[in-house]
Amino acid sequence: MTLLEARGVTAFYGDFQALYGIDLKVEEGETVAVIGSNGAGKSSFLRTLTGLQSSAPESIRFHGEPIGGLPAHRIVALGLAMVPEGRRLFPSLTVEENLLVGAYSKRPGPWNLERLYAMFPILGERRNNPGTALSGGQQQMVAIGRALMSNPRLLLCDEISLGLAPVIIKDIYDALPGIKAEGTSVLVVEQDVGQAMKVADRLYCFQEGRVSLEGRPGELGREQISLAYFGV
Amino acid sequence: MGEWINTILQGLLLGGLYSLFATGLALSFGVMRMINIAHGDFAILAAFAAIAVVEPLGLSPFLVLLVIVPLMGVFGYLLQRLILNRTLGQDILPPLLVTFGFSIVIQNLLLVTFSADTRSLNVGELGTASLALSGEVAVGVLPLIIMAVAVGVLLGLQWLFSATPLGRAFRAASDDREAAQLMGIDNRHIYGLAMALAMSIVAIAGVFLAIRANIAPSEGPARLLYAFEAVIIGGLGSFWGTLVGAIILGVAQTIGGKFDPGWGILAGHLAFLAVLVVRPNGLFARTRDR
Repeated sequence: MTLLEARGVTAFYGDFQALYGIDLKVEEGETVAVIGSNGAGKSSFLRTLTGLQSSAPESIRFHGEPIGGLPAHRIVALGLAMVPEGRRLFPSLTVEENLLVGAYSKRPGPWNLERLYAMFPILGERRNNPGTALSGGQQQMVAIGRALMSNPRLLLCDEISLGLAPVIIKDIYDALPGIKAEGTSVLVVEQDVGQAMKVADRLYCFQEGRVSLEGRPGELGREQISLAYFGV
Repeated sequence: MGEWINTILQGLLLGGLYSLFATGLALSFGVMRMINIAHGDFAILAAFAAIAVVEPLGLSPFLVLLVIVPLMGVFGYLLQRLILNRTLGQDILPPLLVTFGFSIVIQNLLLVTFSADTRSLNVGELGTASLALSGEVAVGVLPLIIMAVAVGVLLGLQWLFSATPLGRAFRAASDDREAAQLMGIDNRHIYGLAMALAMSIVAIAGVFLAIRANIAPSEGPARLLYAFEAVIIGGLGSFWGTLVGAIILGVAQTIGGKFDPGWGILAGHLAFLAVLVVRPNGLFARTRDR
């Protein structure tokens, strides 16, 4: 069953058009990656999905329901959560409070503090520290945990490997199978093509606000991706 | 010696009243990053509303609080949802201008309705009752009650902010509006609730002011100024700092007033300036620049 379906999504910042009709699907249980260079429209696309950026109601369907242009808090309540670029932890909240804010929409489901502390033990140890006092990788774990606390059906991850050491990136991505096992589908946005190819069932490449390539990682050739990514 | 102790005690307790004015201001700045120029006028509005109810019905001013406080809370919520939320954004000017407009409108409405005469709320003997601590030293019962209420309000806010989901949502929305929305927090509603709280507290402040002293429709801006000074002395983002700021202001004013009745307010302003010179961020600042 199709969980998320975007059809002809556009986005504008004033006069500047960031997206020119994006078509994208996420099936239930799938991990989908969106790759593309800086300014390709990846983050704009996620902002539109989460309701931070307005869009036409019918252009985005979630579980068959039109969600385009709904306010962000309503979209979260429907089961779409985001790990924002740059983590965006709340500096005046402790690790545990950050996680609890994630549960604000009170969606029922498998994720709670205990489960998260079992998945990321270091967060349990640091639960009373300010969220922003942690290392970058640990902060990313808090950001992922915070999004999971809303028990989403679809988890959006915006550049979760950005600025982290390779060994940390591996730790973070190692958590994905556990998240998928709970029935959560995942949409990752990555600049790191290698990482995206490793985790994704299907892959979209954006270029200048359009989908330039779509397919399964095993079926796409290196040159094909390079052309879709850089346009040369 | 006893005279000086009395003066300082009076100032300390005056801080309780100032703290009630300042807390609402600190709350709306803390959560919405919004400065409400009409804050003092809303307090005076609540006080005149209390007077309008108390005088014809002959009720106790304390009983009227039970009506005025929730009423101002509902008014605050609607004000935020219908008007002030639309002024919030990257630019800090629109909320300043809109609330400045409210200040003018409220003052003139009160002037038209109640005339420029000063009014007050009468609580009978309680207004002058005092508690003797020793031969020379005594404190007023009413100021003590006001201080107790101020401390009670701060304890309540501290519990709300540190131990409840609503409090976490307030702090999250204050830290990062957009990220809070991504957590399922409806900022417009949260801001409405914060303004409802601020207005309820400032209603208490207004009614207590009218019990303690005479008030006039034009008094709001002066009250706003004291509230500002208390918040800034204490440091933005710290509720208890606001109480300390209010007490410093109260003590400075009563000590100044002891030398010469005209010097009281000036002494308060000088204390404010002195703190700004030594600690420009206030004594207990917790707000980070972003």
